[in-house]
Amino acid sequence: MSLKPSDSVRPLEPTLEAAHAPQSTLNANDRPADDARALRPEERPHVLIESEESGVQLDLGDFWTYRELLYFLTWRDVKVRYKQTLMGAAWVIIQPLLTMFVVTLVFNKFGGLETGEQMPYPLFAYAGLLLWTFFANAVNNSTTSLVQNTSLITKVYFPRMFIPAAAVAAGLVDFAVASVILIGLMIYYHVALTWHLLLLPVYVLLVVLLALAVGLLISALTVKYRDLRHVLPFMLQFWMFASPIIYPLRKLQGRWYWLLTANPVTGIVEGFRAALAGHAAPLVPVLVSVALTLALLVCAIYLFRRLEVTFADVI
Amino acid sequence: MPPMVTIENVSKRYRIGGLHPGYFTFREMLEGIARAPFRRWRGANGNGAHTRRNLWALKDVTLEVKQGELLGIIGHNGAGKSTLLKILSRITKPTTGRVKLYGRVGSLLEVGTGFHPELTGRENIFLNGAILGMRRAEIARKFDEIVAFSEVEQFIDTPVKWYSSGMYVRLAFSVAAHLEPEILIMDEVLAVGDAAFQQKCLDKMHEIRQQGRTIFFVSHNMPAVTRLCRRVILMQQGQITADGPAQEIVNTYLSSSWNISAERVWPEAEAPGNAVVRLRRVRACNEAGETIAAADIRRPIGLEITYDVLQAGHTLTPVVEVYNEWGAHIFSAHDTGAEWRRTPRPVGTYKSTAWLPGNYCAEGSLLVHASVMSHYPATALHVEARKVVAFQVVDSQAGDTARGDYVGPMPGLVRPLLKWETHSEVHGQQ
Repeated sequence: MSLKPSDSVRPLEPTLEAAHAPQSTLNANDRPADDARALRPEERPHVLIESEESGVQLDLGDFWTYRELLYFLTWRDVKVRYKQTLMGAAWVIIQPLLTMFVVTLVFNKFGGLETGEQMPYPLFAYAGLLLWTFFANAVNNSTTSLVQNTSLITKVYFPRMFIPAAAVAAGLVDFAVASVILIGLMIYYHVALTWHLLLLPVYVLLVVLLALAVGLLISALTVKYRDLRHVLPFMLQFWMFASPIIYPLRKLQGRWYWLLTANPVTGIVEGFRAALAGHAAPLVPVLVSVALTLALLVCAIYLFRRLEVTFADVI
Repeated sequence: MPPMVTIENVSKRYRIGGLHPGYFTFREMLEGIARAPFRRWRGANGNGAHTRRNLWALKDVTLEVKQGELLGIIGHNGAGKSTLLKILSRITKPTTGRVKLYGRVGSLLEVGTGFHPELTGRENIFLNGAILGMRRAEIARKFDEIVAFSEVEQFIDTPVKWYSSGMYVRLAFSVAAHLEPEILIMDEVLAVGDAAFQQKCLDKMHEIRQQGRTIFFVSHNMPAVTRLCRRVILMQQGQITADGPAQEIVNTYLSSSWNISAERVWPEAEAPGNAVVRLRRVRACNEAGETIAAADIRRPIGLEITYDVLQAGHTLTPVVEVYNEWGAHIFSAHDTGAEWRRTPRPVGTYKSTAWLPGNYCAEGSLLVHASVMSHYPATALHVEARKVVAFQVVDSQAGDTARGDYVGPMPGLVRPLLKWETHSEVHGQQ
């Protein structure tokens, strides 16, 4: 994926242009100005603006019409983040890497926490931290994204969901960069290449959906209840300790085991590491994660859609 | 002509008041939840601090706009103009009613929405274009044109934070100007900037209208509204109170906002004045003697004062003073006609008219003060009535005024049609 807009400045092939031919009614009228006289509005309105009382509409067509904007907003978030820093991508690696050293020292060396199996503790911790760092940053950035983009929300229309979604998507770039270290660690510790590795993208997709769900939920509420922003860091910190990021789920027994399993992050992290180590994932936590993530996403989208009509008025 | 936009009984309610005007805090929400079970006991007058007042920014607005119409929207601040534009732009939803848009909508409520200071001019063109609803292929196709229009070619790969404010606005406007919606929604904000920039905006609007597109234009610039729009709606307190030809509605607006019309008549008992003179009527009229709220800039304008002389033996000089809408005093005129200049007047009713030549005052609203004085043998002010009459001077853009073919803003208190001479020495071949 190229992030440079200049790539698209090249004269476009006619075929490419044809490929962009009307995919939705909204785009159908993008003709040169000379033809404008010939524009004939159809019987059916292009856009029907209903009152607030008309209920929640999913309006998937709108997402499609504006799909390029999601890309541009993501691209902006990534570009701006990397432009302002001296070391650019290095920060993205340093954060989970340093945390890995610290927790390895504290829990593994001093505390004697062992992970057993085929996975050494540093790799175990880094894999967990990689997912968690993505999740926490994505939730954090999407929470503040709506308030930061007030001028967009009050001045122009597009699906508002794209703002927190772009913040999550931008986090994926950081994730990809930080994954380089994971690959390095895998080589260093001679992790065997198994078919289980093919499951890794599934868990990445799950953590993206979960981050999106939580991000949508909290960002929509933050527009109205600004002080949620201050609650979030604590919430994320507790959530991290309540997830098997720096300790394995198997260390827990009974009640605590089931309590942690009810946490959608648990199944994702455990599954991700199992796939990495080349053995089967604990089935119940993974299924619980999938179910909770999807349920949460549906709720988040519904709530966001319901609240978004008031964004411009209350932000 | 088919309708492009139908607005059906649209109302918009805002809730204001309470502790925080815009938003609540999480704490308040928790409080609200905690109190909810008890709310029923307390009845309607329970928690005074949290009661919110309803403000109807729009009340039952119904409107149909046809293809190719350039609709001007005027009204005082807070009349609901911006709320209407926000609903049409889909930024906010109406509380009741609905809107049908029969075309792709582009709204320019601000120039440079979404511009990011850290990104270069090139990057911002793509970002801003996408935010305004353009597709990537479309932006790519128009890219060179946009850059050329903005005149910032040299700095196109420089972050816009290093741009001068002029460059920034030019680039932002260029992107907006290349948006090609069928329905364009424009707010006043576009009319800021220097004269050249405003000119570009107005030229572009002209061009867009000629392409058969539909435009909503909110403005406080009455000359621009009358010049550009054929149809204007006047909004007052969330409602459309007048809808019709531009000139007529602008006059209604101005006379309602000043509460002054083109004619003022006083009944005998209320006539201002002293024991010598009383004013009975002041008006602006045309050569045919009709009272005119809108005067053609090319034609003479009569400022007529009717007054009763109650006491014989005084020499009297009627005076008119003319101010523009910004309060600039354009001129004063004293009656210097030989007949009554030094002749004491007998008791009676007199009507004096000062004729302004055509092509004299600039476009806009004019306010008239009328008074009657004595200058000979001694000076005395008998009656002075300030802001009695208001009227508009209109350039209908026929091409035979001082504007020629120019359609943009034309500052200046007066607008003489001057005689121009050009002497040429042509060098080289044709």
